[in-house]
Amino acid sequence: MNNISAHPDSDGFYGDYGGAYIPEMLLPNIQELKEKYLEILESPSFIKEFTSLLRDYTGRPTPLFHSKRLSQKIGCSVYLKREDLNHTGAHKINNTIGQVLIAGFLGKSRIIAETGAGQHGVATATVCALKGLECIIYMGALDIERQALNVYKMKMLGAKVVPVHSGNKTLKDATNEAIRDWINHPEETHYIIGSVVGPHPYPDIVTRLQSVIGHEIKQQFKEKNPGKNPDYIIACVGGGSNAAGAFYPFISTDETQLIGVEAAGKGNETSMSAATLELGRPGIIHGSMTILMQDQDGQITEPYSISAGLDYPGIGPVHAWLDAKGLVKYLSVTDEEALQAAKDLTVLEGIIPALESAHAIAALYKMNFRSDETVVVNLSGRGDKDMSTYKKEFGDE
Amino acid sequence: MNRIDLLFKRKQNDILSVYFTAGHPEINSLAEILPALENAGVDLIEIGMPFSDPIADGPVIQKSSQTAISNGMSLKVLFEQLRNIEFNIPVILMGYLNPILQYGIENFLISCKEANVSGTIIPDLPLSQYLIQEETFIRNNIHNILLITPLSTDRRITDLAEKSRGFLYAVASSATTGSSSFHNADTSYFERIRSLNLKIPIIFGFGISCHADFIKACDWGSGAIIGSGFIKLLEHIESRKMDYTRTIADFVCRIKYGNSIQK
Repeated sequence: MNNISAHPDSDGFYGDYGGAYIPEMLLPNIQELKEKYLEILESPSFIKEFTSLLRDYTGRPTPLFHSKRLSQKIGCSVYLKREDLNHTGAHKINNTIGQVLIAGFLGKSRIIAETGAGQHGVATATVCALKGLECIIYMGALDIERQALNVYKMKMLGAKVVPVHSGNKTLKDATNEAIRDWINHPEETHYIIGSVVGPHPYPDIVTRLQSVIGHEIKQQFKEKNPGKNPDYIIACVGGGSNAAGAFYPFISTDETQLIGVEAAGKGNETSMSAATLELGRPGIIHGSMTILMQDQDGQITEPYSISAGLDYPGIGPVHAWLDAKGLVKYLSVTDEEALQAAKDLTVLEGIIPALESAHAIAALYKMNFRSDETVVVNLSGRGDKDMSTYKKEFGDE
Repeated sequence: MNRIDLLFKRKQNDILSVYFTAGHPEINSLAEILPALENAGVDLIEIGMPFSDPIADGPVIQKSSQTAISNGMSLKVLFEQLRNIEFNIPVILMGYLNPILQYGIENFLISCKEANVSGTIIPDLPLSQYLIQEETFIRNNIHNILLITPLSTDRRITDLAEKSRGFLYAVASSATTGSSSFHNADTSYFERIRSLNLKIPIIFGFGISCHADFIKACDWGSGAIIGSGFIKLLEHIESRKMDYTRTIADFVCRIKYGNSIQK
């Protein structure tokens, strides 16, 4: 055991990464959050309501499933943490439930969020419906075209979906626009960021809220394997919230090797990848010092992945730090490898994964496990939203 | 002495500062716009360093930044252009931190000095982070200008005023650029600033687009900055192939005096 904590210092830094590089206009909001978030997250009334909503509304704890046929194929014991079984279909709702409660403590009546594929948008619109709050979702105009089903879900849930036409019209631009909305409506609005990105204290807030995943893994794994921790935990990383949540309780233990999986798109040697840690350099995106994909002039570039949830040009500062410290091993997986993994999981276990989660499954093939080793893969979401991609890729037969 | 300080030594009121984005509308437009502004009697010029993700800017400046980047503008090109133009008024570079970090902060400040740039405005470099770099700015005689907003507490305004150099940039309303009207700004904020008796000159920005706004800003502070309003003019000039020098002189005249130059 060592004494490493996955929390930033009081200025929001994880080593060299993190911080709050924000315009003065955002300072009062960020300051307020920074001063109050720990007190709120640790208050008995927050914990009580958060826990009860996670249980009764989203269906937690999600199961830890021993995936026997996949285990046989890989040659070790593979467990799946079934985040795909959460209400709305992914781990995203753990964060939005927590943050909508934070908004309540802060007395904010208007919620804004960005979304890429629409999963975080749907999870935000859902909790706003639950709490009767006004909800505005910023979404790139291109993503709106690609994710019609999620757009409709958000609208049916009562959210206003605002198309973003600036930049490349995708997640990065939607995030910029959400930040601008917050600058323009500072007093009544809470911004629910969807990942462990953005200015401090967001990366820490989202990590803490998602850490329910890791805490459950720890407990459930011990129930099945008394006295033991898994040898490996694997999770996909875009911004990195499901990974941060799954890794969180294991960061200070040497028993468990943590593996983060980035999207390599069509390959890291091509210009179409989203493997930030492999291809990026230190810089600032959305108020945080981290590793990001950029050109030589410091203009942020557009990443590519078949999975809309992984094509973020930055990465949460906690991951930039975990990578620098060597506490987590990061790999990348191509579109093709992820698609194959999705197909394998479907036919072997009867579980259609989200494309993002399929990247984590694909990493199993890249490792050499001993037969007595145990691996937990965080299955962050279900494949419903990706059916048109699967149909296109696998054909109709 | 820094040119910004020289300006305020000579003139304490009715300061007009104009913002435009480098590389917009055309890659070389700066060579026409900067002299035209100086000739038109503008006191200060702010040149935007385009960034792909300008989070504090509204649609007008966002669009100009995007155009500038696709035109090939970068810090390297900008410094090259500035070194090839003669100007005597203070020029301030305004832009986001990431391109500056990639260029290297110290390198950037040296290039500023070599190109006769007098100051910087970097919205996403907050006070706490600026203080880590303060000595480098001072050593290179580049004034870093800090922003205050209507939501800044008195304490915060005092801290920012103490560390801002040259002048203090008072954002008139809590908003992105170009999205609000100065005319409707809350005067209790102006009164609050006045009551703090700050030693540094105050220049108002955000939402200033006409003579009435300018007069109001000059009543409450030392002057005003026009950004989005001027960018719109540049697009108008470009699309109609108008004459830069004359149209800009006319615009400046209307802002300062409320009437056009007579033919």
